[in-house]
Amino acid sequence: MNIENKPLIVVENLCKGFEDGEVLKNVSFTIREGDLASIIGPSGCGKSTFLRCLNCLELLDSGSISIAGVTVSRRPGQVPDEKMLDIAHEIRSEVGMVFQSYNLFPHKTIIENIMLAPMVVKKQGKDEAYELAMKLLDKVGLKGFASKYPSTLSGGQGQRAAIARALAMNPRVMLYDEPTSALDPELVGEVLQVMKDLDAEGMTQIIVTHEMKFARDASDYIIFMDNGEIVEYDDGDILFTTPKSERTKAFLRHFVNTGVA
Amino acid sequence: MKKLGLFLAIIMLIVSSACALQAEEMKELTWGGDSEGGFPYMFPNPQNTDELIGFEVDIVEALAEQMGRKPVYVNNAWENLIPGLNRKLYDISINGLEVTPEHKDVVNFSIPYYKTYLQLAVRKNDNSIKTLEDCKGKKVGTLKESFAQELLEEVGDIDIRTYNVEANTYEDLANGRLDAAFFDHPIALYSAGFNPEIKFVGPEVGELEYAIAIRKEDKELLTEVNKAIVALRDSGKLREIYDRWNLWTPTMAAEFNDYSPSKIEASRYNEWAEAHRPHLTFAKRLDRYKDALPAFGRAAIVTMQVSITAMILAITLGLTLAITRVFAPKWVASIATLYIEVVRGTPVLIQLFFIFYGLPSIGVKFSPFWAGAIGLGLNYAAYEAEIYRSGLFAIPRTQWESALALGMTRWQAMREVILPQAVRVVIPPITNDFISLLKDSSLVSIITMVDLTKAYGQISATYYDYFGPGIIVAIIYLLLGLPFVRFARYTEKRLAAVDKDGKYGHRENIYRSSTRYI
Ligand SMILES: Nc1ncnc2c1ncn2[C@@H]1O[C@H](COP(=O)(O)OP(=O)(O)OP(=O)(O)O)[C@@H](O)[C@H]1O
Ligand SMILES: [Mg+2]
Repeated sequence: MNIENKPLIVVENLCKGFEDGEVLKNVSFTIREGDLASIIGPSGCGKSTFLRCLNCLELLDSGSISIAGVTVSRRPGQVPDEKMLDIAHEIRSEVGMVFQSYNLFPHKTIIENIMLAPMVVKKQGKDEAYELAMKLLDKVGLKGFASKYPSTLSGGQGQRAAIARALAMNPRVMLYDEPTSALDPELVGEVLQVMKDLDAEGMTQIIVTHEMKFARDASDYIIFMDNGEIVEYDDGDILFTTPKSERTKAFLRHFVNTGVA
Repeated sequence: MKKLGLFLAIIMLIVSSACALQAEEMKELTWGGDSEGGFPYMFPNPQNTDELIGFEVDIVEALAEQMGRKPVYVNNAWENLIPGLNRKLYDISINGLEVTPEHKDVVNFSIPYYKTYLQLAVRKNDNSIKTLEDCKGKKVGTLKESFAQELLEEVGDIDIRTYNVEANTYEDLANGRLDAAFFDHPIALYSAGFNPEIKFVGPEVGELEYAIAIRKEDKELLTEVNKAIVALRDSGKLREIYDRWNLWTPTMAAEFNDYSPSKIEASRYNEWAEAHRPHLTFAKRLDRYKDALPAFGRAAIVTMQVSITAMILAITLGLTLAITRVFAPKWVASIATLYIEVVRGTPVLIQLFFIFYGLPSIGVKFSPFWAGAIGLGLNYAAYEAEIYRSGLFAIPRTQWESALALGMTRWQAMREVILPQAVRVVIPPITNDFISLLKDSSLVSIITMVDLTKAYGQISATYYDYFGPGIIVAIIYLLLGLPFVRFARYTEKRLAAVDKDGKYGHRENIYRSSTRYI
């Protein structure tokens, strides 16, 4: 953690609901450049929705999100216009996202998966995109898998390829939604290691995870969400040892009891 | 050398335009008939299935000559001859059309050119049946929904068996499945007159008059045709035709008031009888099938042309419909949905009839080929649209989201990620659809096209044989479809290899609703 770093993401009074009701209720939150934040919380509390709002896969209902100086804000009931949608698109190109099920493009090889967005979105030349892709594959330890199809990869390899694909767009921040939940336990470590490496390089990252040990050891701070609200966020050790809220205590107790953490 | 070539070209131009002029001077007389109308009326020549022969063909030719016109044949299914006439497919129609009150309501008829009666036939050794009355309690075969059937019903107490194909009736009579057969005399004569196992019994029953149908408004043409018929009768030309076809009967003698003996040989009938005496050797049959192959070949090309044209239409329109359903505003999408439901909910046969016979009444007229291709194309478009749509939804929404999350626009995500995958998903079902379109194309035979199915009917009617040609035509259909069957299998296999993950399955209409604001 580096106190002097300036805020990279500022979220204020973010609200988001679906047909069946409110999911995020007045969420406010700041993250500084280079930080690694973990989000924990019970199932259905809105963690995924929060991440998806951050990169505008879901457009917020009201509030404002500011990422690297680009701000999308919406008043309650405001109908989104072209300009808001353009900003949403701009934010998406600044943010890399990694999903639980990796979502590689099955009709393309690993290297093509990584080259696609730089070529299509940034209009990079083929050679340039290839070089970058190879560099990223090397970084995530998949150099030998460039011409393989996603269906032939193991879960851990697939997830590392998905991280490389997101990195190819040179994002300011990486979001991960339970990146290791679909993996066999012995494959979890290799993916977490990639995130630790990225943290060492100064990448800003937000990770929704159930890996309590990783959250505690690697994160600059941990966000505990419950029922669509951020209940508390703090340094990992502090939050785990002396949680302020009863809800946090209950949640952590549950994890200790089931032996996950 | 070059100059000589130019000179020749100019000469040829002059000669050919002169020819064209000459052809133009001779007015055409287009006439509608059914090449499957049956013997001896009109049928493909067994020796050369491209040539239409029959006593009515001879009559039309004599008639046209008398009128100083050039006869041009237009083929149509028998039951559609009169609608086709009113749709102006041809000037006149002739094919055993009876002068009935229903017909007279919609068209005019010339004076009759032939008059005949119904003929009872029984097995040679059966002496129990001499008249219709004797048929009580017996099994009698006749043509479906014919005048003969009506008469049999009037007698009552007869076990009537109706047939679509007269040849089958006489076969059943010969092998004892029927006790008698009751048909128009010309049909009876050409079906069994030469069969040693069958004899004709009883008096002439009923009265049938055949005449030429002409559109109500063509009054002048009617007069012209009537004059020509009278002239042909008076010059003895009609009688010659009937003699040649062995159709000069006492009824006709009374009708034409001409009791003189025949002067010419029944050459056409004799040829027919010779060719159709039962028990053809297998080798002879094979020979015939070989003769029919070129006709089947040409018909197969027609079938392919119609099917491919229809499929191109179906694929293009289907894609438009699918994209409309998925992406357009709700009310536009619902028009596409309505189209799909209506087309899928009504028989394609009705759609073809409507396009070919119905639309001309509001001034939209297609050639048989285009009516067939458009009819099948519009029909299959509805099915293709649903395939595309399910293809789009077969791609999991997470693919769409990861593409967007990488900064792609909606259009880029569609083009680079969704469509390439959707195409793989839809190729096998579309190929399968093409195979069924190939088979459904047999329906165009009812709008006057000579496709494989029509050729089967024609050739079988000619040879009196539905067995061998049936097998041949089935094999041709199979061979035409085979490459597509293989292709569908191949793509299915490839697809299965790529989608090992098996995480497919769709959620709501993601392209319209949840990404509306993205
Ligand atoms: N697209 C959507 N439409 C309607 N409701 C949704 C949608 N996405 C999420 N929800 C609802 O929002 C609530 C929060 O869901 P979310 O996926 O954000 O929870 P989560 O904290 O990620 O849970 P988990 O740990 O199980 O992944 C749930 O009740 C869910 O049903
Ligand atoms: Mg979630």
